[in-house]
Parts: sequence; structure tokens; C-alpha cells
Amino acid sequence: MIDSAVFVDDLRKTFFVPVREGGLGAAFKSLINRETKAVPAVDGISFDIEPGEVVGFLGPNGAGKTTTLKMLSGLLFPTSGIVRVLGFEPSRRESAYLRQITMVMGNRQQLQWDLPALDSYELLRAIYRLHPEDFRRTRDELIELLELGDLVRKPVRNLSLGERMKVETAAALLHRPTVLFLDEPTIGLDLTMQKRIRSFVAEYNQRFGATVLLTSHYMADVQALCKRVIVIHHGRLLFDGDLGALANRFNATKTIGVTLKEGTPDLSKYGDVISSEDGKVSLRVGNAVAPKVAAKLLQDLDVADLTIEDPPIEDVIESVFAGASATPAESEVAEPLAEPAAAEPA
Amino acid sequence: MTTAAGVEAPSNPYGPPRLVHPLRGLLDVYLTEMRIAIAEQIQYRASNYFYMLGMVAEPVIYLVVWSTVATQQGGSVGGYTIGALAAYYIVWTLVRNINIVFTPYGWEWRIREGQLSAQLLRPLFPIVEDLGFFLGWKPVVVLLWLPIAFFLAVVFHPTITTSPLAILVFAFSLLGAYLIRSLNQSSLGLITFWTTRVGPVFQLYIAAELLLSGRLVPMSLMPAWVQTVADFLPFQYTFGFPIEALVGNLTNEQLLNGLLMQVFWIAVGSVLVRVVWHFAIRRYSAVSG
Repeated sequence: MIDSAVFVDDLRKTFFVPVREGGLGAAFKSLINRETKAVPAVDGISFDIEPGEVVGFLGPNGAGKTTTLKMLSGLLFPTSGIVRVLGFEPSRRESAYLRQITMVMGNRQQLQWDLPALDSYELLRAIYRLHPEDFRRTRDELIELLELGDLVRKPVRNLSLGERMKVETAAALLHRPTVLFLDEPTIGLDLTMQKRIRSFVAEYNQRFGATVLLTSHYMADVQALCKRVIVIHHGRLLFDGDLGALANRFNATKTIGVTLKEGTPDLSKYGDVISSEDGKVSLRVGNAVAPKVAAKLLQDLDVADLTIEDPPIEDVIESVFAGASATPAESEVAEPLAEPAAAEPA
Repeated sequence: MTTAAGVEAPSNPYGPPRLVHPLRGLLDVYLTEMRIAIAEQIQYRASNYFYMLGMVAEPVIYLVVWSTVATQQGGSVGGYTIGALAAYYIVWTLVRNINIVFTPYGWEWRIREGQLSAQLLRPLFPIVEDLGFFLGWKPVVVLLWLPIAFFLAVVFHPTITTSPLAILVFAFSLLGAYLIRSLNQSSLGLITFWTTRVGPVFQLYIAAELLLSGRLVPMSLMPAWVQTVADFLPFQYTFGFPIEALVGNLTNEQLLNGLLMQVFWIAVGSVLVRVVWHFAIRRYSAVSG
């Protein structure tokens, strides 16, 4: 535990949400008898992350990802369980801790709207008590890495969403944090900007040896940055391990692509036909039978080209969540699916 | 850089950034917040000015009403001549501008929009940021106020007899009024953690302030029992005392007592904010980011 950058043990967070039926009668009733419902947002998750690791934190909306990140960053008090980041208890929000972490949220706005980002950067320098020389060096480096150029000299209100996200990202890193919690850092950005943020995070991780925990609905982010993923659903851990192992563990099928020299026959007897057009047919078959089906296709048909591929990672993740939703007792599946975390830094 | 457990943080090829001394850092925060606030106010100089002009309506109404009453009573009311009333309410406009602080509505907005999350991630108590930022407005506000004060003086002919000591005490009392009001309203703002809507409580505060601070009327014009109640509350040290320190011909003892009471209420407010914060932050559910 003590060598981990992030250590989480049986972490739980329960929100108490007021509930009432619709209508005026229920509104009056709630004045006298206010009912609340306990909603477990995070329900006993455990994991640890080594210094310098980049870990993808995956789950559908409402899975508990952001709640977990907020507990790790000290924004929320856990209901129970142990959290340690760099040896600190985040909820104590000690200055020495806050100086070493950052949390980037796609929808967060911490820059002064009417002023150029450079002014807000100066304020952050003062707040973090950064030595002016160190601050200038880091600032200029971030401006270069994120290709900010003159964007930092324009009032923030005049920037596009993508530009604002970039200057916000730089603001979050001016104090050179060693642990980064990135919550949907590329949300709403176009593909070029997503790619730039991605390569920047990778560069920052390598240059500063930073530990990164990243949530994203864009699997491209996860594939580009994370060797290891942690998957949660309904606040519980579904999987913790190598991204490749996730596909092997949850993906029971392969996709066989066949290009025929002539015609487009019905190939449904070989597997589930995903698409069929102009002599190109895609089939979904079970992992175990894929080699046999491929051999049979080559034997039976006049094949110009044949490929066997894993389905896209998005489909794998979708099947993980679909499977988890259909499972009556998730606590029973969480343990067997968890596997030792990859310790190797990305 | 080491962790709380004494463990070395992950290796950083560029080394951890050097930190400046905490005191220098705090001073730096205030000065930078002030610079940012001034820059922002300059951006909105026209709207600020219109806001100030609108704000002048309140004391002018009070002044006209009480001047009329004073005229009907032979030229003075409760010991205030028409000229003294004019002086009171013209100084009122300066005190009002100085004691404008971050309101409980701001706390509502801050929590609803997720701004507080951003602040909580920084190694600085949010209220310290607010104090610095709003203090930064004040030099701009005073500059904008001067022409308005000149205009009011030409129209209402104030009579001011004051002394260098009174002016000095007035300057300190402005800072005291600003701090007391900031701390009181921050405490009220923190109620947002429990209620999500703090407006009604804030309105109650404003009503009490109107009656018990010298904002509506100089305290000496209020019934004796109201003055007694006011003596046990902080409100008059945010309006009445600073104004009267300059134009009320207070004795040296009254000036000193007033300043000491301001220090007392600043201490009470600081403790209150810390205690409420301690419990409030545990309820924070970090909505909207």
C-alpha cells in the first residue's frame, strides 16, 4: 500500500436522495414526512495504482466513476473504506496533498471568463505558492506542449470549446502535479483536438512520471493511453487488468471478413452475418470455432481475401456492461473477474 | 517532494517546483486577486458605473425623507441637522460600496455551477480567495465613487466637521466593516450546503441589517430598545460606526471602542465561518462537476 500512488480499499459512497411521488398531495405530504432513499454510488471497490501508471477507469453513466474520482481528489467524503493517494487521506484536503494532484473535468471552468488565461495562470501561481521562475518554465512548457500559442492572450470567453479545454488543461497542470485525475478530458472535442490532448497526456506522463487515472467515453482515449483498465458498474468492480485481457475475458466472438472473387452468396450457415455487400461479407463466430470456420470458408469458396479480427473495444465494453446488467448478483461476479493489476507504467 | 507517509513522490525529471514562503505566498494571493479584480472591473466599467448610480437611489430616498422630517421639526431630527444628514448619507454611499461582498447567492451559484469543486482542489481556503478578489474591486470603486460624491455634495450641501484621528479610524473601520460583512455573509452562504436555497435566510439578514446597522436611518434616530438590541449584534459595525466615525463627532473613547468591537466581531465571524465550514464541507456532494 505504502508504495502505491493510489490505494483504495472497500471504498463506499452512499448518497441520501429525497424521493416523493408526483402531484400536489405528495408535495404537502413531503412537508411533514420527508422520505429519502439511500443510493450507493460506490459500493465497496478496491484497487491500487503504482506511481507512473496510466489507468483507464471505465463504466457506463452512473457507474460511480466520477464519484470515485471526487473521493480520490478530496472533493467528497467517503461513507466508508480507505483511500490513500501519495500516502495522504484526500478528504483531509491538506495543502501538501492538493499541491501534488489535479483533477481535470471536461465541464469544469476555473479560468476568469473575461480575462486572458495568462492572468488566471498568474493567480494559480500565487495560490500554489510557485516560485516565479519555476512557474514561468512550466507555463511556457505547457504552452508549447499543448500548442496554445496566442490563445493564452485572448479573453477566455472568446475561445472555442476545444481551445478553452486546452487552456484549462494547462491551468490544471501549472503546479506540476504528480497524480492526475482526468474525468472525460476530451468530451465534446473534435477528433483533432482529442488526439492532441491524448498525445499531451502521454507526453506529460513520460516527462514528469505522473500517475494518471482517466475516465472517458471515447475508447480511443483509453486505447491510446492505458495499458490497464478498471471497469466498474453500479458502483462495483467488474474488471481490473490489462486492456487486452479485457477483450479476451469478455469477448466470446471474432469477426471474420471475407472478400469473394465472384458473387455474394448467403453465408449464414457459417456464422451470424453482420454485413454483406458487393462480395464482402462480415461474419460473427465464436472464438473457439473461428479457425475452423475460416478454414471451411477457404475450402468451400473462391476467396480473394480473409481476415479474422476481434470486435471493436467499444463492443466489448458494451457487452461487459450488458452482461453485468443482466447478472442478478453482481457481487458474485466481481471477485472472479478481477485479476491482478498490471504494475508496469504506461 | 515527500508524501504524508514520508514516501518519495514519483520521480520527476524536472524536480518538484520550488515554493515561496507561506506569508509571501498569502500576500501574493491578495495582490494577484486584486490585480485580477481590477482588470475585470475595468472590462465592465460602464455597467459598474450604472450599478453604482442605481445604488445611489437608496440613500437619496432616505436623505430626502429625513431632510423633510428635519425641516418640519425646525431644522434637525434626533440631533442631526439637514447638513449632517446629507453628510451621513453621502458617506453612506462610500461605506456601502466598500462593504459589498460575496453574497450567499454567490455561494448558491458557486455550488450549482460546480465552481466550488475547482476551488476545493486548490490549496487555499475559498473565503480567502473571495476576500482578496472583492478587496481588489475597492480601489476602482472608490475612483468611480468620487464624481458621484461630488455631485451629491453639490446638490445636498453636507456639513462635515471631522478630525485627522476620525479620518484614520474611518479608514480602518472601512476594512473592519468589509471583513465583518464578508464573514457574516460567507457563514450564511455556507447554509447552502444544507438548504440549496439560501435566499429567504439572506433576506432575513438584510432586513435585520436595514434596521439594526444604521443603513436605513442613523441609529440615534431609532428607539432606545432597538439601539440596545443593536449593541449586541454586529450589524452597526458594518454601516453606522464607520459613517459616524467620520461625520458623527464621536469621542476618542467611542472611536476606540468601535474599532475594538469590530475586531471582536471579526474574530467571532472567523470562528463561525471555520466551524460552519467544518460541518458544511462534509455535506458537499460536488454536484455539477
